[in-house]
Amino acid sequence: MRYADLINLSYRTVISHKLRSMLTALGLIIGIASVIVLTSIGRGIHTFVLAEFTQFGTNLVAVFPGKTTTLGISGATISTVRPLSLADSLSLSKLDNIIAALPLVQGNARIEAGKKQRRTTVLGVGGAVPEVWKIKVARGRFLPEDEQSNPRAFAVLGYKLAVELYADTNPIGKRLRIGSDRFRVLGVMEKKGQMLGFDMDDTIYIPTAKALDLFDREGVMEIDLLYKSNTSVKSIESAIKRLLQRRHGREDFTLITQDQMLKTMDSILNILTLAVAALGSISLLVGSVGILTIMTIAVSERISEIGLLRAVGAEQGMIFKLFLAEAIMLSFMGGTIGVLIGIVIVQLINFMLPTLPVQMAWLYIIAAFAVSLLIGITAGVIPAMKAARLHPLDALRTE
Amino acid sequence: MIQLENIHRYFQVGEQRIHALNNINLTIKKGEYLSIMGPSGSGKSTLLNVIALLDQPSSGRYRLNNQDVTQLNDEQLAKARRENIGFVFQFFHLIPRYSAAENIEIPLILAGIAAKERKQRVTDALLAVNLQDRAAHRPDQLSGGQTQRVAIARAMIMRPQILLADEPTGNLDSQSGREVIELLENLNQQQVTLVTITHDESLGRRAQRRIRLIDGQIKD
Repeated sequence: MRYADLINLSYRTVISHKLRSMLTALGLIIGIASVIVLTSIGRGIHTFVLAEFTQFGTNLVAVFPGKTTTLGISGATISTVRPLSLADSLSLSKLDNIIAALPLVQGNARIEAGKKQRRTTVLGVGGAVPEVWKIKVARGRFLPEDEQSNPRAFAVLGYKLAVELYADTNPIGKRLRIGSDRFRVLGVMEKKGQMLGFDMDDTIYIPTAKALDLFDREGVMEIDLLYKSNTSVKSIESAIKRLLQRRHGREDFTLITQDQMLKTMDSILNILTLAVAALGSISLLVGSVGILTIMTIAVSERISEIGLLRAVGAEQGMIFKLFLAEAIMLSFMGGTIGVLIGIVIVQLINFMLPTLPVQMAWLYIIAAFAVSLLIGITAGVIPAMKAARLHPLDALRTE
Repeated sequence: MIQLENIHRYFQVGEQRIHALNNINLTIKKGEYLSIMGPSGSGKSTLLNVIALLDQPSSGRYRLNNQDVTQLNDEQLAKARRENIGFVFQFFHLIPRYSAAENIEIPLILAGIAAKERKQRVTDALLAVNLQDRAAHRPDQLSGGQTQRVAIARAMIMRPQILLADEPTGNLDSQSGREVIELLENLNQQQVTLVTITHDESLGRRAQRRIRLIDGQIKD
């Protein structure tokens, strides 16, 4: 028998019971469509989250005090860690290929401006913030670059904080208090929005040295380093390590590159997508049971037909192929409809809810389609074998 | 062309062993018209099934066109049936979801013949059974006589040398029964070997050669 005829015959048989085939394929259709929709949402979230993280740029290395790979850090060992100082930051910034170093201290403090008060996040930073974090200054200017060790008491407001404290009036040059210290407002940052729940606009930026005093800290929490994009992460990492080891005498710090962070994030998010895909596959499993059922019924309904085909010259293998082709045809059609419905739903979500991140996960779509064919094959084999094994004479006698 | 030598066929039904064919010796020559008659349970269907290669004898030798067919495997049997034997059944055995033309086409599809040639042969076959205007009708839209004529067209589409008919008129009124018999006899006149089994004495007597089976043995 020719393959074109085999395909045609199985198509005809599936089409001849429209309702029954439709209901059988429905499980598969729902399964495939849900895998596509779920993975598209998963992939969308994936892209969205990564975009959130890379909005600060990708050529970043963060240095943290303490070696976190050492197991079981106790209170006693922490005290032996030398804090990262402003001087460390300064000498790091002078390394080759480092564009800027940003010593960071973060805390929470009460701000008083005139009669208004507000608790907000205080970021002790260097002058390189606009460059390193890719945030622009909306009005005025940012903290001066070259006053790390003994800076003047300047502050720059986040967009939201400026609105809250000063409403429509121009805050530049105004004086405010952070805790008990007085600062002069130098600028206002542009609106940046939230990053994973942290409001970047409800902040105030002050020089790192001032923040160290304010929160009574010995060292900074983190030093962010921006490096030239044409240099390799590896060489930058080793240069930083060498320098800090020389200064501290040993490796009591941890480097986290944006690359590493993105990789970790990426793998977590991939697992998320995989998990939702697995969830959707449960309905695929249900769909395969449907096909198995209907094929078993089809074989017992058509025993006399099998007998006839055997009498007019079909060998066992041909009967097997006929029924297997039918199961595959059923799942192929279900799979195709499922893929189309899934894509339409994803487009609808895109159209109706533009803010919800959805992105077609083509790999999963192809995989879902392949799985549907595989389901057809698996669910079809047993009934097809049963059909092929029927004795032609017994089959002919069955009415 | 058909040589049966010392054919025995036993069936196990529960505890009982039934001797359905008891030492059958039969030679059928090309172009013969043979009828097999006998009461129910005499073994005539079993004999037809053995000749048709649908059933294997328990012992004995069956030569078809001088080839021993008792030792063939499933694939070879299917091929031998496809190429040598046409069937006409009492209950027609048409596939209900296919049209008359498509039912006739099935053996050609199974044999892997190209679509273009199939179309021509099906058209000719419909013409031969005088049903060219019923090509697109499904079996449930045809009368009994028409249905059996479609079945005959299907049986002859592979141009077999042997045509086996199992009670071909058993389910038909006398008018369409006569038409079907005339059609079969007409094919016999074109050198097709025709074997019919029947209860019907008047039908059986039409054959040039008649054998009677009783309790699995050939009488006269």
